[in-house]
Amino acid sequence: MRIETRPQTVLRTYPRWFYLPAGVVFTIFFVVPTLLAFYFSLTRWTLFDATFIGLDNYERFFNDPQLTAGLRNTFIYAVMTSGLKVVISLPLAILLTSRLHLKSVLRSIIFFPVLVSTIAVGITFGALMQPSIGLINNALGALGLGRPDWLGNPSLALFSVALVDVWKGLGIATVIFMAGILSIPNDYFEAARLEGGFWVKFRHVILPLSRNATFTVILLSFIGGLRSFDLIWTMTKGGPGFASDVLTSVIYKQYQAGFYGLSTAGNVVQFILVTIIVYPLMRFFNRRELEEL
Amino acid sequence: MRLRKFIADVWLDAVALLVIGIIFIVPFIFIFLTAAKTGPDAAMFRFTWPEQFQLFDNIREVLEFGEGRMFLAMRNSFIITIVSITLIVLFSALVAFVMQRRQDRVASLASSIILAGLIIPPAVVPTIFLLQNIGLYRTLFGLIFVQVAFTMPFAIITLRAFMATIPRELDEAAIIDGAAPMQVFLRVILPLLRPAIITVIVVSSVGIYNDFTGPLYFLPGAQNVTVQLTMYSYISQFTSQWHLLFANVLVITVPPLIMFLFFQRQIVSGMTSGAIKG
Repeated sequence: MRIETRPQTVLRTYPRWFYLPAGVVFTIFFVVPTLLAFYFSLTRWTLFDATFIGLDNYERFFNDPQLTAGLRNTFIYAVMTSGLKVVISLPLAILLTSRLHLKSVLRSIIFFPVLVSTIAVGITFGALMQPSIGLINNALGALGLGRPDWLGNPSLALFSVALVDVWKGLGIATVIFMAGILSIPNDYFEAARLEGGFWVKFRHVILPLSRNATFTVILLSFIGGLRSFDLIWTMTKGGPGFASDVLTSVIYKQYQAGFYGLSTAGNVVQFILVTIIVYPLMRFFNRRELEEL
Repeated sequence: MRLRKFIADVWLDAVALLVIGIIFIVPFIFIFLTAAKTGPDAAMFRFTWPEQFQLFDNIREVLEFGEGRMFLAMRNSFIITIVSITLIVLFSALVAFVMQRRQDRVASLASSIILAGLIIPPAVVPTIFLLQNIGLYRTLFGLIFVQVAFTMPFAIITLRAFMATIPRELDEAAIIDGAAPMQVFLRVILPLLRPAIITVIVVSSVGIYNDFTGPLYFLPGAQNVTVQLTMYSYISQFTSQWHLLFANVLVITVPPLIMFLFFQRQIVSGMTSGAIKG
């Protein structure tokens, strides 16, 4: 606000037209399609002409077991991936900011999967999770731990894909936590060291002071989980049956089948789901933190 | 005694390396080994040294497949990635500059819109409809603009946070010297934003290069193939050519690997510094 009281010559240094290039591209390629989606979700649509049919698409959407399964799975997937990422990456970040000789090597190893193609990761884990000859089951079998059919068992498939998602995204979450931990002033650690051992340090220093990092990790992986498509499509195509279908794979399947109106209704359901979950979370977590991201 | 001290010193390293190694390195070794095998050997999915080491033959076969489809895909993916990144950095830096320096009503409106852009997933079929109507469907430029629109929110947030660390006195000095706004931006601000720009370049170029959904919807057609879609040549319902598939995975992982080796320090420190406060 301070700036408005400065002389006009200074203000002219920050001309508003600097918003223009970004604004034009964002409006045409993001805002317009988003608004169009609300209208076309109410139509039977062939891309060339659209017949208004009211809420029929939504009615169909919520009455079809495949589509409602997609809705439920999207939510489960987002909760599972963001929860696991927090639970695994916080201890990892503590480990990788401790007095470890190999910490920079280990940091790089954990971060590398973030940069690798999701499709490639999906294909690789598809082979590793093969039930009868895959490496994972051979290892589990040798330890006498059973041989689950990771991707073929309907009650396991979504969970297996979520595990791979966590594997791939752990690097980002860990880096965010590391940033949080490294920004804690050393005095706190000193005090904790005098007070007692590791538990005091964890419970009374790291946990409360990396609160913002925790929120950032939860929010980012939740948003990512709600719109995830590539990995699920590569590993299971939503199957077996529609046991691991999520909203994005339902949208794609309806699009392939030529049901553009229905596909777009799925898209609108996705907007609404994301907004009603993420917006309150963000309010709750204090939205300033995310903006400073 | 010295042995005990040594063990006390390194046991945590050893455990961490073992666990992280098994979980994070074994899959990559598996990719490499499978890419070097013969077809039948690869299809066994064993974690063994190839019966016959033919990595270079497999890679050559991948490169020659479908009259050099891989080269076409690389060309398309590089054009899309490089042009998108250039536009993203320029447009986002302009916005980040004005937004951070002039915190008025326009800036707070822009900030809400950016947040919405970060959260709301893209509307797929309406975007196809729009691209068709402006003649950009199935064109590289169509996908480029879509990628720019989808990625800018992240880029603006990152650059704006960094912008706050550049003292305003620097712009003011330049203005007093008679510089025009665009000159202030290009000569003073852009060079100083460098660390944050590197973060944006690394994160979004990897995202765009690895994107599968964008090309799948907005850029169909054999001429428009991108690297992420090349892998589907070797997967069929009955007999997948696993050795070629994994050789393909290896080939398309080279560009991100080079990026990683060049920028790994900046990636982690760039994301660490100023990313989150306490």
